[in-house]
Amino acid sequence: MFWGSRKTIDMNYFPDEVLEHVFDFITSHKDRNSVSLVCKSWYKIEKYSRQRVFLGNCYSISPERLIARFPGLKSLTLKGKPHFADFNLVPDDWGGFLYPWIKAMAKSRIGLEELRLKRMVVSDESLELLSESFPNFKSLVLVSCEGFTTDGLAAIAANCRFLRELDLQENEVEDHRGHWLSCFPESCTSLVSLNFACLKGEINLASLERLVARSPNLKSLRLNRAVPFDTLQRLLIRAPQLVDLGTGSYVHDPSSEAYNKLKAAIQNCNSIRSLSGFLEVAPCCMSAIYPICENLTFLNLSYAAGLQSNELTKLIHHCRKLQRLWILDCIGDKGLGVVASTCKELQELRVFPSDPFDAGNAAVTEEGLVLISAGCPKLNSLLYFCQQMTNAALITVAKNCTNFIRFRLCILDPIKPDPVTNQPLDEGFGAIVRSCKGLKRLSLSGLLTDQVFYYIGMYAKKLEMLSIAFAGNSDKGMLYVLNGCKKLRKLEIRDCPFGDTALLEDMGKYETMRSLWMSTCEVTLGACKVLAKKMPSLNVEIINGSEQTEFNLDDRQKVDKMYLYRTLVGHRKDAPEFVWLL
Amino acid sequence: MSSENGKRLPETDAAGLNYEATELTLGLPGKSRVTSDGGARVGSKRGFSETVDLSLGEKKDSNKLGQTQTQSQIDAREAAKSPGSKAQVVGWPPVRGYAKRGKKSCKYVKVAVDGAPYLRKVDLDMYNTYQQLLTSLEDMFSCFTIRNFLNEKKMEQVNGIEYVPTYEDKDGDWMLVGDVPWQMFAESCKRIRLMKNTETAELAPRTPPKWSRRS
Repeated sequence: MFWGSRKTIDMNYFPDEVLEHVFDFITSHKDRNSVSLVCKSWYKIEKYSRQRVFLGNCYSISPERLIARFPGLKSLTLKGKPHFADFNLVPDDWGGFLYPWIKAMAKSRIGLEELRLKRMVVSDESLELLSESFPNFKSLVLVSCEGFTTDGLAAIAANCRFLRELDLQENEVEDHRGHWLSCFPESCTSLVSLNFACLKGEINLASLERLVARSPNLKSLRLNRAVPFDTLQRLLIRAPQLVDLGTGSYVHDPSSEAYNKLKAAIQNCNSIRSLSGFLEVAPCCMSAIYPICENLTFLNLSYAAGLQSNELTKLIHHCRKLQRLWILDCIGDKGLGVVASTCKELQELRVFPSDPFDAGNAAVTEEGLVLISAGCPKLNSLLYFCQQMTNAALITVAKNCTNFIRFRLCILDPIKPDPVTNQPLDEGFGAIVRSCKGLKRLSLSGLLTDQVFYYIGMYAKKLEMLSIAFAGNSDKGMLYVLNGCKKLRKLEIRDCPFGDTALLEDMGKYETMRSLWMSTCEVTLGACKVLAKKMPSLNVEIINGSEQTEFNLDDRQKVDKMYLYRTLVGHRKDAPEFVWLL
Repeated sequence: MSSENGKRLPETDAAGLNYEATELTLGLPGKSRVTSDGGARVGSKRGFSETVDLSLGEKKDSNKLGQTQTQSQIDAREAAKSPGSKAQVVGWPPVRGYAKRGKKSCKYVKVAVDGAPYLRKVDLDMYNTYQQLLTSLEDMFSCFTIRNFLNEKKMEQVNGIEYVPTYEDKDGDWMLVGDVPWQMFAESCKRIRLMKNTETAELAPRTPPKWSRRS
């Protein structure tokens, strides 16, 4: 490192503790991985001092090997199912079970303090074991998980004496009715973050109020639908120090005493920077929050179905410091224009469809996006569900905003061309990848030919994740991407005419990637078998559709869904019947 | 299957497609993906009730840019836009299955009328005002008269019995229809009951609603 090639310095002159202290300042996973490759002594020191580990695919390594590699593990992040599982493309029981990890870590007495999971199957049993096995456990974050009930949460609440964070985002939780909150002992005063917005059932409101009252460090509180307006008001009185608030139900009579009390309580909460919730909302009550809008950096109204465009824009007018906005498309193009002229600090915008299955009705078009790009030069992350898009608009957006890191466009009609010119959207997306040199994530939609992939392969040199649906004409499309995108880690493809030639052209490429998903493409069983045979470092899984009760032995058969990923531990042992491991 | 000018009237497409069997398969160009028994391919249990499969016929000319879409793509889009049948492709659009953002609740509530042998259901989302709702209820239960606190109109008393519109709110309390703004009512109403006037004494005593009331 700093000492270059001066051979007179012996690296072992520095005691391990010094190196360890230096390594403490190196926090990114990539950097720590690099550190461990320098020499044996650095490998050893880094190994024992590593506390945080990120596994993007829980099947890439086994729990036992992970523990052997990093015995000092304190914080583990695990991701399970492939991304398309979010859209019902992966059957239940595919995999991604948490239990074996908890069991192994408990057995090895790992001092686990933090667990962050995404798309995993989490059983109550695993939560119970977790709560009993790690005395210093502090933080549980579950995103898009399933398989547990409020009983599992009760165990966490009851047994994790130093719990700081319980963050449940968009999980499927079976609700056994709200006594889990009462399981937090009176001695529990350490909560910093509590998010149960995704729970559908009733909550013991009195327990909630007492819990908040005895949690002086509480900074983030996100409530579920069952928490009514007047409870919200009482909670805000108890917790004026909140930085992040998610309201539950936000419906009340604006002429009532309770409403006035809420207004007063909110005005006292001048630390709130992030606001979400409004799972039920009465538009007439929104004026109560105007006082805190001017300091908001994150606003999530994507669940607030009751707010019309004019109410949304009235609110937005107050939010000059907004950096991240999640909103429904009922804001409309004009409303996005208001966002563009008000929110000059905007970095991330997500516009969700209020009526996803009515392709004729999305309320935003390319016009809204163009307005945003013109008004918000700092924009770097976009998720945009819209009715239509034009090449001209995309070219304009590319000119206005060169900083995109994430660009995800979803035209509700998946193969819609440019409605003005009737052309595919190749040129538009081409402009985006050409202009945004730092682009890491891209999702395409609309009518697209092989040409768009030519552009992506040519220009998207930093691209790490690409999602493709109903696009392309031939294997050339996929090959452009595989050959050109050197940093590609995740590629997910559905309903595209890519087949065996593309799949098998450069098999070594998949070892440089985390995973590849292809469904309803032209890939045959035979090709998958060839790939699996030639690449033992990959797991090639075929997920059979429900109508196939026997595995077809015909190699010429097209596979319905293929998911392959690199792994150090070969075939997984927990695959269900409908998953065929080649 | 390609036509001369790449365009076909929507009507012809509509006539040629049988929505009931959801037989169109969204497959690959050049390949028909209709399941062998012609039946619908069922999506996973969590989300989609039907799959619209769109048969893609022969591709017209895959490599030329700027061509109008292939016939199959036109078919696909027509099916996607077909009125009435909420045509869906499995997993599209890519919104989270259980993150029912923005889903207007499609708020059907039961309506019970004292003395009627069966209940009805109304979608509160269809109305914007109390008047609309009450008029609609009167139509539904046309033999009864509904006491209308809002504007004092007492309709023709057909059989001499008046009914008071009440509703059960989220807290389980039975409330008089008309006190709170419509939107608030629509959000908190779980069911409606048209009570016979003699029973209204059971309702909690209250100050009169905003609208004036006779005697």
